[in-house]
Amino acid sequence: MCGIVGLFLKQRKLEPELGAMLSDMLAVMSDRGPDSAGFAVYGDGQTGCVKLTVSGASETALRESLTELGRALGENLVSTFRDTHAVISLPASKERQARGWIAAHDDISFVGAGTRMELYKEVGLPERVAQRFGLARMAGSHGIGHTRMATESAVTTRGAHPFSTGLDQCLVHNGSLSNHNGVRRVLRREGMTFETENDTEVAAGYLSWKIREGASLKEALTQSLVDLDGFYTFVVGTESGFAVLRDPISCKPAVMAETNDYVAFGSEYRALAMLPGVDKAHLFEPNPATVYAWERA
Amino acid sequence: MSIFDLAKVPLRELNAALHSLPPSTNETHWVVTNPGGKHAIACGVDAPITIDIEGHVGYYCGGMNKEATIVVSGNAGVGVAENMMSGEVRVKGDASQAAGATGRGGLLVIDGNASARCGISMKGIDIVVKGSIGPMSAFMAQAGNLVVLGDAGDALGDSIYEARLFVRGSVAGLGADCIEKEMSAEDKSILKSLLKRADLNESISPDDFKMFGSARRLYHFHIDNVDAY
Repeated sequence: MCGIVGLFLKQRKLEPELGAMLSDMLAVMSDRGPDSAGFAVYGDGQTGCVKLTVSGASETALRESLTELGRALGENLVSTFRDTHAVISLPASKERQARGWIAAHDDISFVGAGTRMELYKEVGLPERVAQRFGLARMAGSHGIGHTRMATESAVTTRGAHPFSTGLDQCLVHNGSLSNHNGVRRVLRREGMTFETENDTEVAAGYLSWKIREGASLKEALTQSLVDLDGFYTFVVGTESGFAVLRDPISCKPAVMAETNDYVAFGSEYRALAMLPGVDKAHLFEPNPATVYAWERA
Repeated sequence: MSIFDLAKVPLRELNAALHSLPPSTNETHWVVTNPGGKHAIACGVDAPITIDIEGHVGYYCGGMNKEATIVVSGNAGVGVAENMMSGEVRVKGDASQAAGATGRGGLLVIDGNASARCGISMKGIDIVVKGSIGPMSAFMAQAGNLVVLGDAGDALGDSIYEARLFVRGSVAGLGADCIEKEMSAEDKSILKSLLKRADLNESISPDDFKMFGSARRLYHFHIDNVDAY
């Protein structure tokens, strides 16, 4: 099954409310995916800095790891701790070294990187996961979330969505891909790396690869209709963009609501029912094999 | 009148109460409050009662309905009134995919839009959609009537058998073996009566519609048609 939610704000005034809105939407989708949950929020960013989201066994363990990382980088790291995750703000020039250090240490894991994106995911009931990370108090311009009922790979934190395979890029997926092993082999030859055997990570990697090769998000998604086989509803976030794509027979559910203030996505209408002004929104189910994309002004 | 508040009472209790009603029941008016998009509300009802659902419903609301009149005052999720046998299901808002799928009888009226695969494999149900319908609607439709006041999405009536599809607006594209047909006097009278049963203004004339149905070229396997299957 799985549930997806997404919210893209068109008006800055709503940005302090993003987390609260997304948290309510995610909680409603708990029974579509009770195994695990995750979400990405596009919040503040500083010029010249990168935010790394990392996870560990506990906040105490993470604090120890990050002290060591700071020493290794020769930086006084500024980190925000949220349950098992932490977001570190780093000069962009130190990103590579930091990620190398994280990869070499077992008690800390890399979750995602972005100039604005923060990424949280954990095993457990989605409503509870959102509470643990304090999603309701987060601010941002857009965000996407996922509630997982696992089919293609194990119920682990790493197997939870969203998947991020590039700076500020992330993807959530409802469905399953049938040619992910073949596509993963092709992408590995192209230099992409994968952390799991999960089909969704391949879809995320595919889009990152296309964008790396110069495609826009919309172009990358259009080409994925040819190269990815299976059934899927994708919701994708980038630093400034938000996009939705359903497979050519629209196998998996999707409902959208658009107003002057926001664009919202839900696997079912009930995930949107509590949004302000939704009764007057333009309500539609995205057409199959059609890319819907929005870009921040 | 029996009122069930689904914010307080488990859905299974509502459905069990509805299933235990004898055909001669005096409890003919039921109200369901706070449906909250739950799935399978009022499925499998087999009694001549009216059920008013005040809010949005999830998947399969009114599925397998016999005899009952079910009114949803909000939006409906996937498969509303799927496999309905008789009775009526009326949705005041929009319906998601596969509305009225495989329905064998009864009337489904959707005041808003219905999305993809409306009336897929319909087998005798009558469906009236006051808005538009999504792609792949009436796929393999076998019997019954689908009336659409707005537009129809792509691949309408793909591999259709004998249902009638009436569309007042535009059709994005017809599926394999679905063609426009001349409306007979009987077709017009069926359409007129369905418009009336859907409480539509008398000013809407059957002449405003086009009718689509089967070209009957795919009934029997023929090697020349292999690409169409």
